[in-house]
Amino acid sequence: MATIKEIIAKRAARELKDGDIVNLGIGLPTLLGNYLEEGVEITLQAENGILGMGSLCEPGQEDKDIVNAGMQYVNIEKGACFFDSASSFGIIRGGHVDITVLGALEIDETGTLASHIIPGKMVSGMGGAMDLVVGAKKVIVVTTHTAKGAPKILKKVRLPITAVGKVDMIITELAVIEVTPKGLLLKEISTDTTVEEVRNLTEAELMVSEDLIVGF
Amino acid sequence: MGFIHDNMALMIGGFMSIGTPEILMDGIVEKGIGSLTVIANDSGVPGKGIGKLVTAGVIKKLTASHIGLNAETGAKMNAGELEVELVPQGSLAEKIRSGGMGLGGVLTPTGIGTEVETGKEKLTIQGKEYLLELPLRADIALIRGSIVDKTGNVFYNGTTRNFNPLMAMAADIVIVAAEKIVEVGELDPNYIMTPAAMVDYIVGGEA
Repeated sequence: MATIKEIIAKRAARELKDGDIVNLGIGLPTLLGNYLEEGVEITLQAENGILGMGSLCEPGQEDKDIVNAGMQYVNIEKGACFFDSASSFGIIRGGHVDITVLGALEIDETGTLASHIIPGKMVSGMGGAMDLVVGAKKVIVVTTHTAKGAPKILKKVRLPITAVGKVDMIITELAVIEVTPKGLLLKEISTDTTVEEVRNLTEAELMVSEDLIVGF
Repeated sequence: MGFIHDNMALMIGGFMSIGTPEILMDGIVEKGIGSLTVIANDSGVPGKGIGKLVTAGVIKKLTASHIGLNAETGAKMNAGELEVELVPQGSLAEKIRSGGMGLGGVLTPTGIGTEVETGKEKLTIQGKEYLLELPLRADIALIRGSIVDKTGNVFYNGTTRNFNPLMAMAADIVIVAAEKIVEVGELDPNYIMTPAAMVDYIVGGEA
């Protein structure tokens, strides 16, 4: 039985196409690398200065000077390169990253995202998230559909905003939702749910695609 | 360590302690220097990198992009013992780059519509809104080099480069802690990432 995180990662991985340059956030987004479709090869960017990042290192195989942006020791692919932080964010902000996949605290109908701070509680800071969401060609949010039963997909974001109107797609364990100029469009639901249930667990208005796909 | 005094502004290289000059962190703590303003990507992790300075309570104000891997920083911030200014990572890099490269700041789309734009000038260029991020400089930059020659040319290995070459240009005094010191001429000029002209002092002993 796949965990909720695995279900989300597996579905989201289908959005990554051969040749894409991709930045995966720490945590759930990192799992996407395990589920690439056959024949799909992507180049991973890490904001601490790698293009061509590989898998996590097996114990004993670490190079003390090579980590990902979450401070985990990683391998590098053939043809990889390292650069400084200004170049790294030039790659990100300059639109040279095809897809960024990251988590969320809240997302709303306009594709506005809150992911970096809960005042008084979680004060980790935005790190590279603001630049990634502003700069990547396509922004995919992967998240559980609700948090402790409460919707995370809202009419309007309440927490401090990470970026305004930049999210293109939301993928949860229940649904694939596209952010369109008219609002949120439900494109796909999991075989374990119904449109009604997804609507009940979503605060934002959902339009349902005429070509709704059931099944992932 | 004779150059670093109370109340100074320091830039410290490294990303989650990778590329941070550990021996200089130890030196600051041992010498009991305090009330420092620190500009860095993050606050390291407990016991490593800038985490050592956080634990010792020697930082008055921290400008960083991320403090999530060091819970102590958040706790001290919430207790009012440490002032933290959070800046998007790409903007932080550009502020430091501007400070070191003679620029009056940079225009970035990052942070528009968020708390980051508070107090900052907004400009519309070719129909798109940008925030003006001003340059940052420091009294001293503490950086870490993997291989440094005796005139101060620096090579950074792997992901230790990060903010180091940017900070090496943005401070009045630049001190590099070297993992390996070699004779002049031993480093291939093609692979030098920070020119010796930027570096004032070299110390050895980085692990």
